[in-house]
Amino acid sequence: MSAAKALLDGAIVAKRNLIKIKRVPDLLVFSTISPIMFILLFAYVFGSAIKAPGVNYREFLIPGIFAQTVIFGATLTGAGMADDIQKGIIDRFRSLPMSRSAVLIGRTGSDVANNALIIVVMSVTGLIIGWRIRSSVGEAIGGFLLLLVFAYAVSWIMAWVGLIVPSVEVVNNASFIVIFPVTFIANTFVPTAGFPAPLRFVANWNPVSSVTQAARDLFGNTNPNVQVPDYWSLRHPVSYTLIWVVLLLLIFIPLSVHQYQKAASR
Amino acid sequence: MTDVISARGLVKTYGKLRALDGLDLSVPQGSILGLLGPNGAGKTTAVRILTTLLDADGGSATVAGFDVASQPGQVRAQLGLSGQYAAVDEYLTGYENLNMVGRLYGLGRKRSRERARELLDRFDLTEAADRPVKTYSGGMRRRLDLAGALVAAPPVLFLDEPTTGLDPRSRTAMWDVILELVRGGTTLLLTTQYLEEADRLADDIMVIDHGRTIAHGTADQLKARLGGERVEIVLARSEDLDSARAVLSELSDASVDVDPQARRLAVPVAGGASALMETLRRLDEAQIALLDVALRRPTLDDVFLTLTGHPSEDSEPAEQPGASPEALELGR
Repeated sequence: MSAAKALLDGAIVAKRNLIKIKRVPDLLVFSTISPIMFILLFAYVFGSAIKAPGVNYREFLIPGIFAQTVIFGATLTGAGMADDIQKGIIDRFRSLPMSRSAVLIGRTGSDVANNALIIVVMSVTGLIIGWRIRSSVGEAIGGFLLLLVFAYAVSWIMAWVGLIVPSVEVVNNASFIVIFPVTFIANTFVPTAGFPAPLRFVANWNPVSSVTQAARDLFGNTNPNVQVPDYWSLRHPVSYTLIWVVLLLLIFIPLSVHQYQKAASR
Repeated sequence: MTDVISARGLVKTYGKLRALDGLDLSVPQGSILGLLGPNGAGKTTAVRILTTLLDADGGSATVAGFDVASQPGQVRAQLGLSGQYAAVDEYLTGYENLNMVGRLYGLGRKRSRERARELLDRFDLTEAADRPVKTYSGGMRRRLDLAGALVAAPPVLFLDEPTTGLDPRSRTAMWDVILELVRGGTTLLLTTQYLEEADRLADDIMVIDHGRTIAHGTADQLKARLGGERVEIVLARSEDLDSARAVLSELSDASVDVDPQARRLAVPVAGGASALMETLRRLDEAQIALLDVALRRPTLDDVFLTLTGHPSEDSEPAEQPGASPEALELGR
């Protein structure tokens, strides 16, 4: 089956997923309320006690919350796949002469759109509480794109998870248990300098840290006089993040497509 | 006639359980094969293998001349599948569901739209076409699901328990639709738990249990093996047992079953409803008071009892609404 057919079928499936977002706006409302809540809690509650090196804490915070939120957005991908299996729609798709990867391409694709929408809402919230983009338009666009590309790669992990677990609830619980620590043991909310040494090591190599660092750099939310920790991952955050993106896609696209072909409804 | 669907020695095991244990079947062009059996008999497994959703552990099968294992893409282009649970997206409208399926079959943009409208008309869903499926009744969802299977007008159709869980009226409507399709030349494999459904629709019936065929023939042939209908009565007073037995034995050559404890008598009859009327008239003349009376047709349980000597293992009405003998009788 040609790549063009896979993309066309993927677009048809993505359109179907987007219609659902339109029909059930509560989904979008709830998935934006929690990041807004995070922004407000950290900015006004924790922010009063956390010192960011050389910059206003709110400027430090917003790129971190962007990273955390788009990664949590991937849960939607897993939940969507699990839901399609539970409802039997996967059977319909699998009995059609369509591309084997189309449902996955469509699902991960529509979740990029969903994440983009959420980033817009969060950016507005950030601007209201004092976050500013202090770089060029090009760099800022680069920052947003990098966040979305990283989230896209994480979506493929969750797509695979969604295909192997028995229900939507399991996806949600599993992602909470895994994603919460992964996004907190990083430089997302506080500088890693004060972490115990082993944790600091993990945090600084954590790709969530590099994507956050990259976003801070690209939005101009860092102080050039303040040294980033001496780790390759944080000195070259864009490259390090992209390496992770490529690795995740290389591993999880084939795994997910393989799992999709075996997926059995119910 | 050529066989459009054909399978030889299909085997599928799940651990120790042999879901399919050497199943053979063949469906000539333009005919309906009914696979009849209780839950867990292997019906759905067979359908899933023939529609390329599942790989068999042994045996081979072809659909429209293509091998399901080695040419799954070609097989999928030839078939329509409508499952036991309506596989439609409840957030899309009926129209959007069918349009999407059309696009995925590779019909063009324009053709998909026309086809969606056409099918919505045909399945009496025009008014609901632009409402999300969430608002549809069970019967409407099933019709939409069946319409989804027909979008590309496939020559081969698989319907897995198309009426399980439907109310009697929706079930009858579904039957009409299915019969119309086959008049148009479609080849159809249908699974069902209802003897009556297989009787109404199928040219050829295979009764399966534990993944094996235990009987095969036309509806009439199977019924002949089962015996026909039975009149059952429950008496108001035990004193009437003997006189009631005398009345019933005049109506039939076969012997009368008597359960004195339950004050229940049963006898096979020929002639259906008129035999029931005659029975009631004579009992009335004899001034025998009744608590209950019924004309029972053979149910799936009777089929199993007769063919295997054991009742179907999984026919609790609680688990499968509508699968009980009562529902079967209502469905007539």
